[in-house]
Amino acid sequence: MSATEKEHLSIVVAGHVDHGKSTVIGRLLADTGALPEGKLESIRELCRRTAKPFEYAFLLDALKDERAQGITIDTARCFFETKKRRCTVIDAPGHIEFLKNMISGASRADAALLVIDAAEGVCENSRRHGYMLEMLGISAIAVLVNKIDLVNYDRGTYEAICRDYSEFLASIGITPTAYIPVSAAQGDNIASHSERTPWYSGPDVLETLDLFPCGGSGEGLPLRIPVEDVYKFTGDGDTRRIVAGLCESGSLGAGEKVVFYPSGKTAVVKTLEEWFMDGNEDRAPTRFYAGKSCGFTTEEQIYVRRGEIACRAGETPPKTGRAFRASIFWLGKTPLVSGREYVVKACTAKTPCRITAIHSSLNAASLEKTAQPQSVGRHEIADCTFVCEREIAFDTDASLPATGRFVIVDGYEISGGGIITEALKTEEAGAYSSARLTKDERAKYMNQRPLTVGVPDEETGRLLERALFAEGRFAYYAPRLSDEQKNALLSAGLIVLTQGDGEVAAAGEEDIGEILIRSQNALELGEE
Amino acid sequence: MPYTHLDMLESRSIHILRESYSAFKNLCMLWSIGKDSTVLLCLARKAFYGHVPFPLVHIDTHYKIPEMIEYRDRLAMEWNLDMIYGENRDALEKKETFPDGRTTRIECCRRLKTEALTHTLAGDWTRMRLNHETGTYEPDENREPFTGVIVGVRADEEGSRSKERYFSPRDGRGDWDADDQPPEFWGQYKTDFAPGTHVRIHPLLDWTEVDIWEYIRREGVPVVSLYFNHGDGKRYRSLGCWPCTKPVDSDASTLDEIIEELKSGKFARVAERAGREQDREDGGGLEELRRGGYM
Ligand SMILES: Nc1nc2c(ncn2[C@@H]2O[C@H](COP(=O)(O)OP(=O)(O)OP(=O)(O)O)[C@@H](O)[C@H]2O)c(=O)[nH]1
Ligand SMILES: [Mg+2]
Repeated sequence: MSATEKEHLSIVVAGHVDHGKSTVIGRLLADTGALPEGKLESIRELCRRTAKPFEYAFLLDALKDERAQGITIDTARCFFETKKRRCTVIDAPGHIEFLKNMISGASRADAALLVIDAAEGVCENSRRHGYMLEMLGISAIAVLVNKIDLVNYDRGTYEAICRDYSEFLASIGITPTAYIPVSAAQGDNIASHSERTPWYSGPDVLETLDLFPCGGSGEGLPLRIPVEDVYKFTGDGDTRRIVAGLCESGSLGAGEKVVFYPSGKTAVVKTLEEWFMDGNEDRAPTRFYAGKSCGFTTEEQIYVRRGEIACRAGETPPKTGRAFRASIFWLGKTPLVSGREYVVKACTAKTPCRITAIHSSLNAASLEKTAQPQSVGRHEIADCTFVCEREIAFDTDASLPATGRFVIVDGYEISGGGIITEALKTEEAGAYSSARLTKDERAKYMNQRPLTVGVPDEETGRLLERALFAEGRFAYYAPRLSDEQKNALLSAGLIVLTQGDGEVAAAGEEDIGEILIRSQNALELGEE
Repeated sequence: MPYTHLDMLESRSIHILRESYSAFKNLCMLWSIGKDSTVLLCLARKAFYGHVPFPLVHIDTHYKIPEMIEYRDRLAMEWNLDMIYGENRDALEKKETFPDGRTTRIECCRRLKTEALTHTLAGDWTRMRLNHETGTYEPDENREPFTGVIVGVRADEEGSRSKERYFSPRDGRGDWDADDQPPEFWGQYKTDFAPGTHVRIHPLLDWTEVDIWEYIRREGVPVVSLYFNHGDGKRYRSLGCWPCTKPVDSDASTLDEIIEELKSGKFARVAERAGREQDREDGGGLEELRRGGYM
């Protein structure tokens, strides 16, 4: 990094609904001259036209519904600079309904400002957001006691809130960088020190942004490159096989030996690959470090694929296995239950999984704990045992957060996130196969992948149904199907032929090849 | 850390491009010929080592400045790009456009861009594909819908874009449900989706206008000359259709001058899209367009 370049820092602003998060950011942008000319005026004009009081929050709350309801629905990004830093500020919504959006925003941040309304004090989501920040791995936090104007700049009120909240933060192991009494509406202690709080001598919000520690480098840690893909672009006589992935920690150079987990395959790095549009050879990398989307070739032609993690021989290896224990948060609309099949995505690995035990659940707002609950409700935290269908590689060491966490997919939706706390032996966790048949087991047995095929008429449907049987596939034609019926047939592992839309549109027998390819058993193809 | 801010932005965008490539079978990238999507194209070449393993789709409104189309076809040949364009033939033939005085600006955008885009992506309107042997465009036989669409929008452009996800699902008609977006964290994106829906992918969300220009300078990304002043004291800051995009008064004729102008000069505090008529602050005009499938 050049000496003159400013560091970059992402900050999320979190806290309970209506406590003034968007107003704090709006004020910060306005008072530091970060707004485009005319922006503030156009918002004032808009408010006049729609007979609403002016709100700094409208600088962030850009969606129609947000302005109509005076509430933040989704996180917004905005950009501005302090003396030392280029900042990306992420405005999180405070309403419980939008916790998934708060998490989406906060997960990108290096630090957080937690806003608490001086008049209302610590509320449910003040605590829940604090807890989520900790789970997301953000420990650089400053607490803003906002709307201090509403309590006449009273020091006692401020101190009582500080005491109350620091007790909570201490219980989850966080020591904040600062507690700042502010009024976003009046501009007190936002971008300058306020005379109305003579009893406060700490930093203002703008100064605090420069006080946060700037992200660690991941250097000195073991190498972790989750493999995204192996590229071989044969066009133009290019014969390289390039293993590509984002370097999450550690570093790598040519000539070094790598081990891929969970397969355990090893290879020596032949070349570090990087392409430059200007073709300038001088820019070729000599090492890859954490943060880089990189690629390399190997001396040996080994078969590795997406989902493995490239590590350096001689460094601490990751754990591998099918079972683990994890702390999770759940965002799904229906509760998480044990026994049901979900999908785990951990870095680039993706595998069906099942929860074999829910040890406890926690309400992150009240910190109320339930032992051995039946299920995990929306927005709850829980401690669970997972068993996956396929082996994955992961870390449980807090210094390697990126390779120690995963998301849980339910149907088409990411519905939860988790941090792996412990690797387990599959026997301890309860065998996976004791539960119901999985999609993959079925696919393996039937040697096909379920698929919907849209056909124009009954004749084509019947014709293709027969042709597929002749090829050893299991197909079923029905002229019209409800979504529910279609899903049931797909779950049964069938190729479903029906009139209307399908993943493949077939007009006649000439499309049989396409259907065969698309329904080919994925395991056989060596994909996931 | 040995990497600069631009290195990190580049790396994150490449990660998103690679994740899209492994998640979507029918993937394409929209190329508007502007500076942002051209940077995106160069990031794709970087991610895939000089290759671009998916088609580029351009929506031709026929009101683009001619130099843009020449530039598109020259680079498409030079970089061996799988180039496709689509258009709203019907609206153009019937002259249902703003320049013809038959519709409002917003409606014109909706028809020539959004509608053309929706149908080109779905494959039910003709896609014109570049034949590299003849150098001309021919109707494309492949009519399979694109399920992953990479778009170069940036969060700092305007309000509704500041709310976007990297992977943003659209329903069958291309509509965006801004009030109920899926969660997205820890570099895990929404790559599972119901049949008939598609996902917009936004690798440039975290880039600012200045970042884009600094990257263009650093990497030598070729951009159309309309962005530079050629002695008449005018240049384009944002490129769209000529009836709705105005050049700005500016003497900047080099990359250094453009960057200087944006960082501390006359445009340091003027919004980029100030020259675009269709998205003046009216509490949601562009948001409406975008909910309906506009970029
Ligand atoms: N008196 C006073 N009012 C404030 C202050 N800060 C914010 N407000 C008001 O509090 C209300 C809520 O402010 P927002 O900034 O929208 O709150 P928020 O935390 O972003 O709300 P959500 O994003 O919906 O959770 C608005 O009407 C603001 O004008 C303050 O310092 N003093
Ligand atoms: Mg808000």
